[in-house]
Amino acid sequence: MVTVTEHAPRTRRNVELVLLLIAVGIAMLAYGMVGVGVDRTWSPGMVTYGAGLLVLTGGLHVVLRLRAPYADPVMLPIATALNGIGLAMIHRLDLARPDSAALAQRQLVWAAVGIVLAGIVLVVIRDHRVLSRYTYTAMVVGFVLLLLPLLPGIGKTINGARIWIGLGPFSFQPGELAKIMLTLFFAGYLVTNRDQLALAGRKVLGLQLPRGRDLGPILIAWAASVGVLVLQRDLGTSLLFFGIFVALLYVATQRITWIAIGLLLFVGGAFVAWTLFGHVQGRVSAWLNAFDPTIYDKEFGGSYQLVQGLFGMAKGGLIGTGLGEGRPQTVPYAESDFIFASLGEELGLVGLFALLVMYMVLVERGFRTAIGVRDGFGKLLAGGLAFTVALQCFVVAGGVTRVIPLTGLTMPFVAYGGSSLVANWMIVGLLLRISDSARRPARQVELRVPADTAATQVVDMRPLAEGAGGETR
Amino acid sequence: MNAPLRRLAVVAFLLFATLLVSTTWTSFVAAPSLNADGRNTRTIIEQAGRERGPIVIGDQAVAKSVPVQDVYGFLRQYDPGALYAHVTGYYSVIYGPTGMEQAEADLLTGTSDRLFYRRLSDLVTGREPKGATLELTIDPKVQKAAWDALGDQRGAVVALNPKTGDVLGMVSKPSFDPNSLAVHDAKQAAAARQKLLDDPARPLDNRAIAGRLYPPGSVFKLVTAAAALESGKYEPSSVLPGPATLDLPQTTVGLPNSGGRPCGPNNQISLADALRISCNTAFGSLGMDLGGDALGEQAQKFGFGEDLRIPLRVTPSSVPKDMNKPQEAQAGIGQFDVRVTPMQMAMVSAAIANDGVLMKPNLIRAARADDLSVISQPQPTELGRSVSPETAQKLTDMMLSVVNDGTGKAARIDGVRVAGKTGTAQHAEGRPPHAWFTAFAPADDPQVAVAVVVEEGGNAGDQASGGRTAAPIARKVIQAVMDR
Repeated sequence: MVTVTEHAPRTRRNVELVLLLIAVGIAMLAYGMVGVGVDRTWSPGMVTYGAGLLVLTGGLHVVLRLRAPYADPVMLPIATALNGIGLAMIHRLDLARPDSAALAQRQLVWAAVGIVLAGIVLVVIRDHRVLSRYTYTAMVVGFVLLLLPLLPGIGKTINGARIWIGLGPFSFQPGELAKIMLTLFFAGYLVTNRDQLALAGRKVLGLQLPRGRDLGPILIAWAASVGVLVLQRDLGTSLLFFGIFVALLYVATQRITWIAIGLLLFVGGAFVAWTLFGHVQGRVSAWLNAFDPTIYDKEFGGSYQLVQGLFGMAKGGLIGTGLGEGRPQTVPYAESDFIFASLGEELGLVGLFALLVMYMVLVERGFRTAIGVRDGFGKLLAGGLAFTVALQCFVVAGGVTRVIPLTGLTMPFVAYGGSSLVANWMIVGLLLRISDSARRPARQVELRVPADTAATQVVDMRPLAEGAGGETR
Repeated sequence: MNAPLRRLAVVAFLLFATLLVSTTWTSFVAAPSLNADGRNTRTIIEQAGRERGPIVIGDQAVAKSVPVQDVYGFLRQYDPGALYAHVTGYYSVIYGPTGMEQAEADLLTGTSDRLFYRRLSDLVTGREPKGATLELTIDPKVQKAAWDALGDQRGAVVALNPKTGDVLGMVSKPSFDPNSLAVHDAKQAAAARQKLLDDPARPLDNRAIAGRLYPPGSVFKLVTAAAALESGKYEPSSVLPGPATLDLPQTTVGLPNSGGRPCGPNNQISLADALRISCNTAFGSLGMDLGGDALGEQAQKFGFGEDLRIPLRVTPSSVPKDMNKPQEAQAGIGQFDVRVTPMQMAMVSAAIANDGVLMKPNLIRAARADDLSVISQPQPTELGRSVSPETAQKLTDMMLSVVNDGTGKAARIDGVRVAGKTGTAQHAEGRPPHAWFTAFAPADDPQVAVAVVVEEGGNAGDQASGGRTAAPIARKVIQAVMDR
């Protein structure tokens, strides 16, 4: 995992710049093509929009050159391309609904906020290991954010799921930020407690069972996720958090037992929730019997949206109708929850494959970072964040294509929604920061320390000072 | 921790692999069926933007698209609406197409593969693509005669050309105005549709081919008689038991004649006379003697169980399997769970009329491009042989005596030899029976085979019978064909 390289390490920042220009070019072209498809003329805002995106992401690129020169060169261009394609699609839906607000502009503002925050993450956090000091702060903040939508007054139910809060004219999905906080917490908690979770306990039938008291954290995480399922009516959020927790538990302890226990608990909890609560049943039957006319015609909680999304994807077929040539606006929430179907309609199966492959590369780069970084906390954090992106893509696109019941989550980077966009740019910021230390040429002193335990020791024995990141140079 | 991280990366990869499969499924594999779904407004709007070809009956366009100023571009209009409503169906931009609008949507919209070269030349010349014109086999005079004769009674009439299978008339009542559903205003269309759906008389049902199926009652005796003659054990002169009530084995209930009297002296009657006066006990015992399998096989040869597209879908008629003796007796007189469409009973008469050969019913005369060149023209198709020519001749003679001297006298026409069979089907305790009549004419050179059903006795109510209620309607339809 740690390779000793004789030759001078390369930062690959120029590769990043070239890829970034390509990504911005694709995004700008897509934005312009929307105008061609709808009005037979290039979208007038095409140049300012492309310039805006270039300034923002170019700025982040400069930050990387200065503050994280060894960061992964592919993540930023991919996030830019995804964000840009999403903006083009949202602009396309704006054109289809001339009387509604211009969402693409707002989304560009949110992208700016997200990219700036990613830059701040890179500037302020000089070494990701600093974050392990805030394990329990992250836990508290994470759970508060997660449960915020349940508060009367500010919690809002949209499209059946109660995963929103409203502050004045703005709506947020605090769960998007909570997922970063909780991944931080899981990583920090597990890196210090992994030994007792991994080693203590009896062996039954070849499976090493954990001790009763070690079951506490997983039970709490499980209770929280089932609570989310029942109270917020959203399988996606529930699946996301519990999935990240179980995944990281497994990575930290290497014990399949945890996965088995986790899966059993989740399936059991979901089943009980299904038998007890009407709204969970409604969601499941809208998924299983989507084409049943009685469920399709239901005014609330029916399958109209899902089926219309499928119709859109079917109309797109292999190569899509072309940007601006389809009717994605037929589907409710075509720009957020169903942007995957909207893209499928206009870009076709080919476009969706390209999109999914971009996500796959991003996730793969995240895992490569996790494997490359030398401290346990960084491994868990990077692995967790990468898995978050993968799991969220699965929950959203799986919901739209009827693999699992539909949820209220949105596709990372492409979907309209400020909270999601900001959170995902921050995730990219964190992954870039970790990848910088993963790819940075290792100092001799660190090579002598067994890699997996390095961070544990650092964290336990010598809490890092604010500027400690400098030490690793 | 690198090994579990690698495994987790594999899990993430599998999640994406699942998505690649599921998107392929949705966008490619399932796409044709999703695009064909009537609720897919994308398909509808796309099709509506194109000028749909007209549906022509006689020399009149009974369904045509007229340009309007809205997103759809064209409005579908039906004139006369209700008379052909169940044939044309309606083209709703909200609920999708039904009837012929749906069955031949590809041709009407011009997307059919059969129009490939035409589309190619449209592409080159820049001509707006237009749908094909669909000409139907329906004869407006026959349709009108059936429509008027049925009046305001619930029921259906089907008239076929026995030699070709062409559908000359197809009426289902009550009917509806397709224009009310074809409107583009969603609220209006929804209100009209809801009103029709809420109507207990079920006007949207095409009773002729696809409503709730009917018990055929005594018209089914044609099938039983055919099975008897084909078995070789019976001749029209064969003597059958014909008591007032037939004892049924394994049960204390008997099978009575409708009049409560024996069918003939010494409780005996010939097969021919049993059909002429519609003797229940004779056919009940025949049903038991032949057995359920023989009845079922003969019915199948007449088209029972066949999933027909004419190109409207005809609900398959059915004879139950694995019946016990009393049930076989009931089935022999068209009761128990025998269920038929009027189309099926017309097919029975048509097969007998056509020397025992059953032709596939068909509604399409031709599809033409807008330069009148023929795109497709269905040829008469044999579905198979129902009975031997000899049996067909014997059945014809027996059916002639039904009209000349039996229960079907009301269908007599001067100068035309009409062969027919009545039916009065009990279907529920305390409800008036369904009145049936099926016939063909002229017997020596059949031009038309017809089946009529009048639900729950129509205007005659409890007093209804096939001979009194349904036969006069059949007579008017036959007359209309003879007058052409």
